[in-house]
Amino acid sequence: MTTDLSQQLLEQVSQALRQGTALRIQGGNSKAMLGRPVTGELVDTRWHSGIVSYDPTELVLTARAGTPLREIEATLGEAGQMLPCEPPHLGPEATLGGMVAAGLSGPRRPWAGAVRDYVLGTRLITGHGKHLRFGGEVMKNVAGYDVSRLMAGSFGCLGLLTEVSLKVLPRPRQCLGLRLEMDARQALARLAEWGQQPLPISAASHDGEALHLRLEGGEGSVRSARERLGGEVLDPQYWGDLREQRLAFFTAPATLWRLSLPITCGVLDLPGQQLIDWGGAQRWLKSEAPAATLRALLAEVGGHATAYAPGDDSSAPLDPMTLRYHQALKRQLDPQGIFNPGRLYAHL
Amino acid sequence: MNILYDERVDGPLPSVDKPALLAALREALPDLDILHRSEDLKPYECDGLSAYRTLPLLVALPERLEQVQALLRLCHQRGVPVVARGAGTGLSGGALPLSQGILLVMARFNRILEVNPQGRFARVQPGVRNLAISQAAAPYGLYYAPDPSSQIACSIGGNVAENAGGVHCLKYGLTVHNLLKVDILTVEGECLTLGSDALDSPGFDLLALFTGSEGLLGIVTEVTVKLLPRPQVARVLLASFASVEDAGRAVADIIAAGIIPAGLEMMDNLAIRAAEAFIHAGYPVDAAAILLCELDGVEADVQDDCARVDAVLRQAGAREVRLACDEAERVRFWAGRKNAFPAVGRISPDYYCMDGTIPRRELPRVLAGISQLSETYGLRVANVFHAGDGNMHPLILFDANLPGELERAEALGGRILELCVAVGGSITGEHGVGREKINQMCAQFNSDEITLFHAVKAAFDPRGLLNPGKNIPTLQRCAEFGALHVHHGQLPFPDLERF
Repeated sequence: MTTDLSQQLLEQVSQALRQGTALRIQGGNSKAMLGRPVTGELVDTRWHSGIVSYDPTELVLTARAGTPLREIEATLGEAGQMLPCEPPHLGPEATLGGMVAAGLSGPRRPWAGAVRDYVLGTRLITGHGKHLRFGGEVMKNVAGYDVSRLMAGSFGCLGLLTEVSLKVLPRPRQCLGLRLEMDARQALARLAEWGQQPLPISAASHDGEALHLRLEGGEGSVRSARERLGGEVLDPQYWGDLREQRLAFFTAPATLWRLSLPITCGVLDLPGQQLIDWGGAQRWLKSEAPAATLRALLAEVGGHATAYAPGDDSSAPLDPMTLRYHQALKRQLDPQGIFNPGRLYAHL
Repeated sequence: MNILYDERVDGPLPSVDKPALLAALREALPDLDILHRSEDLKPYECDGLSAYRTLPLLVALPERLEQVQALLRLCHQRGVPVVARGAGTGLSGGALPLSQGILLVMARFNRILEVNPQGRFARVQPGVRNLAISQAAAPYGLYYAPDPSSQIACSIGGNVAENAGGVHCLKYGLTVHNLLKVDILTVEGECLTLGSDALDSPGFDLLALFTGSEGLLGIVTEVTVKLLPRPQVARVLLASFASVEDAGRAVADIIAAGIIPAGLEMMDNLAIRAAEAFIHAGYPVDAAAILLCELDGVEADVQDDCARVDAVLRQAGAREVRLACDEAERVRFWAGRKNAFPAVGRISPDYYCMDGTIPRRELPRVLAGISQLSETYGLRVANVFHAGDGNMHPLILFDANLPGELERAEALGGRILELCVAVGGSITGEHGVGREKINQMCAQFNSDEITLFHAVKAAFDPRGLLNPGKNIPTLQRCAEFGALHVHHGQLPFPDLERF
């Protein structure tokens, strides 16, 4: 379905600005477990949908914010291409706008980059009631401030995204999953060693029992890495299940936390169950421990934690200086505070 | 329109009492090196864009963070503009001084603080040279990927400020893709950390916003970059074409074949001949265009990809395809391209390097447009092109000693950039806006977009003391620049066709 409803969206924002109404921006509502609940008039972006342009030889796709992520991935798949950052859908209705606003990246993140790394341009409706264009459809563009990448992970707090241009890449010719039995300590040590070598690793996770590796590249590199690393072949479904939180680990009743850590911090002793992702740079934790306890433990190793449960404790707190500049930016770009007020932090 | 700071359209600058400021700085920072005599200031009057020069009010050469902090606080109190400078290799005048401002030279912060092979990162001071990072990482088989052609000299702080690129961007990204963390000092002299030692940090992505902000949002004091394992092998293919259209099509075909080369460079005939005469790289001087395609990675994959690319190139109509037979030949093939700028410098007294980007499919149209503009303005243009990522570097040949030639070169350059914008591209891919492309910003962005950029600036530096006049034009400047275009009678070349 292809519909350009940007005019209606602009009108809705203009009206909200006139009346001082808060807006709650929503695509597929698949990331509602992150951040804080917002009260405000619903802006449903799903009807502003459709791929605007896609030329596989340019490696660029432009689509409206409400375009379903599955439609984008299907279109790319037909041309043998992909979104390298492997964005988690976390729901059947996930949209492009939500993918960028949430800024979540999948298992390939440490090797291929995050959502923001693939954002080339955006159109957005601003807190001054204007529909503007930043960045574009070219790979290199350093004119002006990089407002487009700033939108990635901003949870709609700085403006209403209407269109996004993304860099896309060809799918690797070969893809092979491996399962190597070893404990987490050993796995992290091996990953640190392999990370310094030109191996075609594109995902690395440890589930408590074994290291799961994904090899991606040409036939030759994947074959030789497979011979060198050994292990048994892994069901390729694993990576999709990890990305979409369908593994048995995620079904445990405790709160789910996403921990983002320096890759060097080694095995962490934390209350609850852990699953290592991103070669150690991201850990999933199922824990009933209080947020403050976890945050204190993480601060010691230079990491931060996000709860996949809506509320005040969901987003990791900012230090006072950083918060000050967040507030200054919010005031400048959304002076009336109409876009998703409080979605990330109470006073933002 | 003059490119130097013009208070009439760029906004009033505070008038600064130089002796009083110097005395205050000396009192507050007795051990800070400050240059103030005009003969000492002279070497700092320009950066890599040497056609434009302004003597700074003072030059400060701090060595310690506390000095920078105290200097910024003092300038903030007294309302003195501050222009940051790294190695001064920038090509867009981003470090062009202000006669009423302090030039803050960060070059003495040149220590590599940490190379961590397990964590694959390096923590360095802002004055460290780009290449020095890769050299320090080399013993571990690692390197820092972005490689601007000035990498021997340019500093990482400047790379962050400009979001510098290089010839390997399509595969390895720009500076913004290769950073973990940047520590800055705000205009008020407060420390702020952007990014973290982890792969992301809570809240807005201020690191992405800051990268490429050209010294307008803060001063870089420390940079943590990602390091990558050095690829096992790199091979390069040289293909010659009878037309630039064929070469352009070959680029699209390589991508369509699912191959992402480490580097994919195109040169047109004038650039080929200049480079060949200078370097003797073995380029076919009768070709309309050549493509250099570098493939890197694991030996087996590179071999396969070389065979694939070879077939694609021949299919696309290449007259000849040569695979560099050994490392020496590979280096020679690259030497021609990497020395294209000085090579052009040998066949013309002066040249002016442009930096537009375009969607690759527009290449034939843009090259035809450039050739037409070149004829109209009576100046030769050599084209060097990062074909993989659509970044063009047209080199305009001129002689600054001939009256009017510099102005004509500037006007031609401006038109080339506007042509890039018209086909959906950008006025700058990697050199930055600085002062050089301040007018063309008005062609790429409308007044509401420019206004939003000013709002971003106001969040960090409401009084506009950091690098005023760079990167983002005032609306007054755009109004004046726009007027030049609307009223064709005022154009220096009224008969020129618009694209």
